[in-house]
Amino acid sequence: MLKDILKILENDARATPKQIAVMTGMTQAEVTKTIKKAQDDRTILKYKAIINWDKAENEHVLAWIGVKLEPQKDVGFDSIAQHIYRYPQAKSVYLVSGTVDLLVMVTGKNNHEIADFVSQKLSHIDGVKETVTQFILKRYKEDGEVMESEEVVKRQAVVL
Amino acid sequence: MTTQSKTQKHRIQHISLRANAIQPSGIRKFFDLLSSIDGVISLGVGEPDYATPWHIRESAIESIEKGQTMYTSNSGMPELRKELARFLKNEYKVDYDPTSELLITVGCSEALDLTMRAIIDPGDEVIIPNPCFVAYGSCVTLAGGKPVHIPTYEVNNFEISAQDIEKYITNKTRAILIGYPSNPTGAVLRRQKLAEIAALAIKYDLTVISDEIYSKLVYGAEFTCFASLPGMKERTVFLGGFSKAYAMTGWRIGYAAAPKEIIAAMHKIHQYTMMCVSTMSQMAALEALKGDQDSVTEMVEDYNRRRQVMVKGLRDIGLTCYEPKGAFYCFPSIKCTGMTSEDFAEKLLSEEKVAVVPGSAFGKCGEGYIRCCYATSLADIEEALKRMGRFVKKNKK
Repeated sequence: MLKDILKILENDARATPKQIAVMTGMTQAEVTKTIKKAQDDRTILKYKAIINWDKAENEHVLAWIGVKLEPQKDVGFDSIAQHIYRYPQAKSVYLVSGTVDLLVMVTGKNNHEIADFVSQKLSHIDGVKETVTQFILKRYKEDGEVMESEEVVKRQAVVL
Repeated sequence: MTTQSKTQKHRIQHISLRANAIQPSGIRKFFDLLSSIDGVISLGVGEPDYATPWHIRESAIESIEKGQTMYTSNSGMPELRKELARFLKNEYKVDYDPTSELLITVGCSEALDLTMRAIIDPGDEVIIPNPCFVAYGSCVTLAGGKPVHIPTYEVNNFEISAQDIEKYITNKTRAILIGYPSNPTGAVLRRQKLAEIAALAIKYDLTVISDEIYSKLVYGAEFTCFASLPGMKERTVFLGGFSKAYAMTGWRIGYAAAPKEIIAAMHKIHQYTMMCVSTMSQMAALEALKGDQDSVTEMVEDYNRRRQVMVKGLRDIGLTCYEPKGAFYCFPSIKCTGMTSEDFAEKLLSEEKVAVVPGSAFGKCGEGYIRCCYATSLADIEEALKRMGRFVKKNKK
């Protein structure tokens, strides 16, 4: 039942326990309890909105930064990753396979901010060997949502 | 006689008795009314609110790009029939020979029409539980047969029983036409109930036509394919399609699975009237069967959530509502208002801008009910329920 609740919340974080109870056939108390537990054990981390900042005329820049690491004595990749994710500029941090070791999503007000972060902070961290910065030019789809809404296909209002 | 009425008489005289014998669908006048009003929330639809999953659309596009634009075999592409046979075996444990026992049709609707034309002689009776899908009775009539509607009731969860049916069997009865999960009621028959109907079919040597177009949309109930019951494959015409499960209503593709003599007869009519189903639709259907089924599971889960919201919502506003076990409709009673279902639907539309289908469109036994489709967004369902709540409160007797 936890999975059912999570699926509903992942699609609409504003769904209330009352609404979820109806949708799942659980009692409202059960839903509230299950959600509370999921929050406590950090299965649910946070409730957020997916925003198209371009529409809010909010100047911002996003970049994916590939980071190559140099294995160091007594220091695992986890601790280097931790060093990086403590910076608020790093929105997401992943360990990946392939030509780089870490992928870091960075936000900033403009290109300079991101360039500063990479040159002043990221590249100086012990164990960081090389960085590859890719600025994001346009966001088409975010977390399963298409940014520019596609043309709505109209159904016939009454069909038998 | 005025010139105008003369012209009208002339027209009527030149329309076949067959066409004159059937009525236009009861909902027709709604179309005009609806188009003149803005801001209507429609619970009147009979199709998914999803577009066809992308991998299915893509395969049809690819086939067009490759130039696969010719006729196919009349029965449908061999690969599609083969894949369909595999699917029916996996899904329902029923074995059909793809070369002689399957026919790909223009939607389940064509399959229904072909079945009637293939097995009905003038005067033959076909037993149909009512309320039922609007086309059932008319298809029987068009084929020269006589539809015998048997009432089903909300107190019995709109289920039909073998005893109910037996009372209506005469020496002219040729077939029983059932459609579960039911449009409009959402009823699903348990295996035991179907087995009793099967016994009746053997006792009176009847054919059973089982419209299973909604078979994938079942919630918390077990679905039994009628042809999978012991001894039933040889006397069942199994009708199915892609429209509801794969959100493919506009592609117009379905199928019939039946004993080879019946398929051969249907094939003849199909050959002279349709030739074959559009090639792109067949390519899409092939992908629907072969591809990933996750999108179907997700859609069903989503319908189930909305189903529960609508059932509870309708009950909360004071209507009695059978909890549907399949399809995507609720069929609440509006008897507490004292209105006919048509009056209710018309007034609800003009006063609160919510479109529903009057139950009477589905036959006599649908009177006093309305059909509400929950294949629409949760936000719209909630808003529609709010408006209906106001309307019911005002009109409750």
